[in-house]
Amino acid sequence: MEILNETIENISGLLKNKEISSVELVNASLKRIDETQNLNILHEVCRESAVEKAKEVDELRAKGAELSPLAGVPVVIKDNISMVGTYTTCSSKFLENYKSPYNATVVDKLQNAGAIIVGKANMDEFAMGSSSETCAFGVVHNPRNPEYVPGGSSGGSASTVAGNQCFASLGTDTGGSIRQPSSFCGVVGLKPTYGLVSRYGVVAFASSLDQVGPITKSVKDSALMLDVISGYDANEFTSAKHEPENYYENSFKNSIKGLKIGFAKEFVELLKNQEVLNSFMNAIDFFKANGAEIVDIKLPHIKDALAVYYVLSSAEAASNLARFDGIKYGVPTDEFKDLVDFYVQSRTKGFGKEVKRRIMLGNFVLSSGYFDAYYNKAKAVQNLIINEFSDAFKNCDVIISPTTPSPAFKIGEKVSNPLEMYLNDIYTVPVNIATLPAISLPCGVASNGLPLGLQIIGNRFSESKLFNLGDYFEKNCFNLREV
Amino acid sequence: MEYDVVIGLEVHSELKTKSKVFCGCKNEFGGEPNSHCCPVCIGLPGALPIPNKEAVKMTIKAGLAVGSEINDIAIFERKNYFYPDLAKAYQISQAVRPICVGGGVEIETEQGQKKFIRLNRIHLEEDAGKLIHNSKIGATMVDYNRGGVPLIEIVSEPDMSSAEEAVAYLSKLRNILQYIEVSDCKMEQGSLRCDVNISLKPKGSNELGVRAEMKNLNSFRSVSRAIEYEIKRQSRLLDEGEEVVQETRRWDDARNRSFSMRRKEDAQDYRYFPDPDLLPFKIERSLVDEVKKSMPKLREEKIQIYVNEMGLSEYDAQVLTNDLNLVKYFDKVISYFNKPKFVCNFILSTLLKKVKENESTDLIIPIDAENFANLLSMYESGEISQAICRELFDEIWENEQDCKKLVEERGLRQNNNEDEIKVMIESLINEFPQSVADYKAGNAKALSFFVGQLMKRTQGKANAQIASKLIKEMLND
Repeated sequence: MEILNETIENISGLLKNKEISSVELVNASLKRIDETQNLNILHEVCRESAVEKAKEVDELRAKGAELSPLAGVPVVIKDNISMVGTYTTCSSKFLENYKSPYNATVVDKLQNAGAIIVGKANMDEFAMGSSSETCAFGVVHNPRNPEYVPGGSSGGSASTVAGNQCFASLGTDTGGSIRQPSSFCGVVGLKPTYGLVSRYGVVAFASSLDQVGPITKSVKDSALMLDVISGYDANEFTSAKHEPENYYENSFKNSIKGLKIGFAKEFVELLKNQEVLNSFMNAIDFFKANGAEIVDIKLPHIKDALAVYYVLSSAEAASNLARFDGIKYGVPTDEFKDLVDFYVQSRTKGFGKEVKRRIMLGNFVLSSGYFDAYYNKAKAVQNLIINEFSDAFKNCDVIISPTTPSPAFKIGEKVSNPLEMYLNDIYTVPVNIATLPAISLPCGVASNGLPLGLQIIGNRFSESKLFNLGDYFEKNCFNLREV
Repeated sequence: MEYDVVIGLEVHSELKTKSKVFCGCKNEFGGEPNSHCCPVCIGLPGALPIPNKEAVKMTIKAGLAVGSEINDIAIFERKNYFYPDLAKAYQISQAVRPICVGGGVEIETEQGQKKFIRLNRIHLEEDAGKLIHNSKIGATMVDYNRGGVPLIEIVSEPDMSSAEEAVAYLSKLRNILQYIEVSDCKMEQGSLRCDVNISLKPKGSNELGVRAEMKNLNSFRSVSRAIEYEIKRQSRLLDEGEEVVQETRRWDDARNRSFSMRRKEDAQDYRYFPDPDLLPFKIERSLVDEVKKSMPKLREEKIQIYVNEMGLSEYDAQVLTNDLNLVKYFDKVISYFNKPKFVCNFILSTLLKKVKENESTDLIIPIDAENFANLLSMYESGEISQAICRELFDEIWENEQDCKKLVEERGLRQNNNEDEIKVMIESLINEFPQSVADYKAGNAKALSFFVGQLMKRTQGKANAQIASKLIKEMLND
């Protein structure tokens, strides 16, 4: 149990010095997974392949091979990431029996670095949700308090790290799906710049917004993970041709002196929760006291980001999910009148309520007669938001906000009110709309005992600034693992 | 009442790139079902498209060949609809910003006048898979080999006014696409497909009538027949004061009529939007220039060469260059036997008749060019007679064999020996005294009778020219 609480940084040192073997680590991880089965974090556990791979890494290490810091470290991936030999269900009945014949690029990258993938994490169905309650295979519980949601859609990915089942995980973030659950579970979640991490093999929700990112126990681990999974992918047309940075080596300066931190009053105006406000203001005070400069910036259209998001993401999702028609995926219907009836029955049975809601919304905004009023309008507002951020970054290095407007809520509390559920993402969504990177890290604990999160937003490809500021805050102001 | 006919064509043509348009799979007709497939072209979750540069270049080439403007920024869009042959339930296509805009081709009308048919656009898209109905097991199967094959759609303005014009346009378009080597344009294999939009309006009226779209036209002949049928159908409706409804109709070639497929009310809303996996892409001027430089010789240049350098007549050159495949065949034949005029005459008089007997829109010549060249060369040198040449041509058309070998094996070489022929004529003169008398009385037919008899006895091997000269001499004696 204690060893599982360690960061990758520490554990890779122990592995390197052969104070512990990868097989031991994997076994500890599998044991912990079994003990915490009631949390319904993982959909599938890769027992045999994990132990086998761990043996291989141990053998390589015994031979004196030069290995990556991730070599032999148990990790988990979200169940919308394709991996040969496992199911890729997206927590949907539609894909309950779907096994991908090919690996996502990020899986190849993790495996090439020697990381041991021990399981696939439950999520909101097709990544649509903010609480992991839309998962077709049961609700995921927050390991810090099982009565509470872990957030979503990467609720399983955040819980598996917070619950010490493994050392790091991959999530996907379309409107906050990495950062919001990381905040709810008290771990570090990074949504990288759009295009920095390959989407190839990641089941698409909203292709122009989706981004894969790491969830870890520390900011430095986040940098370690990003070094492994980022990079140009010739299989993806939207992949960025960005030179590798070596984030772990180059980001951390142990100083924030002279750093310009943007503060937008629009963010605080939206805030009703006093505890969230307090922890956020504490962070600002800390940054000021340590030599950073707080700069007022304006983001007047940020309040429209949520509307833009639900138009664009639903439009893309409606098209991306159309292939799930009951013929190649899902359980075909035996009795049907004609082809249309077959499709209707299959899709009615196969999709959950939230997914249907988005598909209907998406097809509505794309339909002729409405396309200009919704889709094109949303695209225009998206451009406004992009420009506002880009203007803001002329005057500051990073922008900070709370990650969520409130701490984790109880399971079932918001499930019947989708609009209130959507409000969870007001701070995270603008980041995706503007294709920017952002990190969420713990910055306090609410009176219900659940963690609060701080979000640091950067300009495109400025992940190293997020890491430096986040690490400084984690070391010198607040670290949940030491609370 | 009299009507003006208004016709516009949407022509789909498969590009002959090496690989498919958004993945690296082979672009090849046929093959074991689902053997040219990968996660991308069968639309597996998570797979992503990468545009094929070669396909973009070929589309530009097609655009340049018909005088289109090449857009500097083009956008791929998703056309969303459900059908089992469409793996992703959307087709990647282009709507608001296609690669090529405008342009046109010139055709000749029945009256021999030149007419310019304007083009609206040429855009690049992916083909769908193929449904195969298996009645044995009572199921429909999908073959995705064709899924993701690059396709250009060439949309004309409604500038045609008869079936003849539509076929002339289609034939011209095929000719151009073949010449610039972007497509095989085989209608029977589906690498050239055509939908026809047709409407009628009162003669002289400026207001367009309601149009019907005709689908499933698999040959030039069915295009022509479908248009004729549709003109009759619509004018009858209008004459009787009934309305033409906007609809899509399916042509049934066997029954020589069309059937309604779907009405306008049932028309799909394709919910086009820019494909987020394929950002708008810039077409650099340098790329367009590069394509311009690589344009092969077009038909007009080829005609010049045939007329000026090879001495063919303008008319012969026109006919030969009507189909690039015929040009290729002709060029190959004269590379073995360099008598262009002689070869051309035989092709026009004999070979093309055979081709037409096939009733196929696609040019199919079952004789190897070298074999054909050998046959013509033997004929031209007098080694075989014209009769034998025709006979052999018919035979190897049906069942290709080495014609030189046949001549050897069967002893078909022409007899040019005057002494031998004289002996045979002697015996004919003795046998048919009446015909000799007829000839002397001035009946010219008697001469051809003797020639015919002689050829019969020699199984066509006697040199007809020599024979007729000798018969004349001997009868006059």
